[in-house]
Amino acid sequence: MTTLTFEDFTPGHFGRFGPRRVTREEILAFAAEFDPQPMHLDEEAAQRSMLKGLSGSGWHLCSVVMRMMFDGFIGRTASLGSPGVNELRWLAPLRPDDELTLDVEVAEARVSKSRPETGIVTVKSVVRNAAGQVLCEMVSPLIVKRRDAGAA
Amino acid sequence: MHFFEDMEIGQRRELGSFTFTADNIKKFAAQFDPQRFHLDEEEGRKSLFGGLAASGWHVGSVCMKLMVAHGQRQIREATARGEEVATWGPSPGFRELRWIRPVLAGDTISFSSVVETKRVSDSRPGWGIMQARNTGINQRGEQVYSFLATAFVPLRSKD
Repeated sequence: MTTLTFEDFTPGHFGRFGPRRVTREEILAFAAEFDPQPMHLDEEAAQRSMLKGLSGSGWHLCSVVMRMMFDGFIGRTASLGSPGVNELRWLAPLRPDDELTLDVEVAEARVSKSRPETGIVTVKSVVRNAAGQVLCEMVSPLIVKRRDAGAA
Repeated sequence: MHFFEDMEIGQRRELGSFTFTADNIKKFAAQFDPQRFHLDEEEGRKSLFGGLAASGWHVGSVCMKLMVAHGQRQIREATARGEEVATWGPSPGFRELRWIRPVLAGDTISFSSVVETKRVSDSRPGWGIMQARNTGINQRGEQVYSFLATAFVPLRSKD
């Protein structure tokens, strides 16, 4: 399989990935380890919460999106990591057995000034459930090797 | 947990520390972020990180873990004093998340949170919206992680 490099990321829609189902067991396991708030662990407490029903941790959703990105393209990209996330919005709760779809758009791609053998690709990611409701939007830069810089 | 009225701009909370090990780094990465530099020591050394590095989402999730544990300690203490306890709402998101330096196997990260802004919600009566800068520093005192979190915090007075 060809490795994707900076040159493969041009502004515009890059791809749609998924679907990825997230089970109740996965939601409870992540919450128990990293985010044991009642709204993520306990059905009754969740019903009384602002989200009105059991929901996954926002950090669980982010981590699943990371895995969808890995499976979708980062796993075959000359990726050097990411310096962060410019903005992330949790717009609707992740529910047990949601089937997630990830749309990735390249917002900007530019050569790095400090490391000219790499480029910075800013992607906008939108996560939807099977009903098409947007659960999460994220804008984040990725550091990717340039092909003409001898990318492996 | 505090009510909206009890929070002051600049107020700082120490959230606690967590040691990232090769085992917990690889376990998280295998599930959510199996990039080679999060799974293998040698690949980590060859990468920009210079060693087996935790996934940024692992660092973020651990910060959440410590925030929740800190909140639950506060709830127990307030309950013991016979005070009313605030249950915080969900977060609508965050901004300016920076993985400033790699978190490598063996690093112990201490997290803290400083309140930056607060305002009463226009759309949700009884709730305030607070922004806090959450940061993590390693055992050498270097900042490794920072983000500006937003959370719904209940008002004490419901009128």
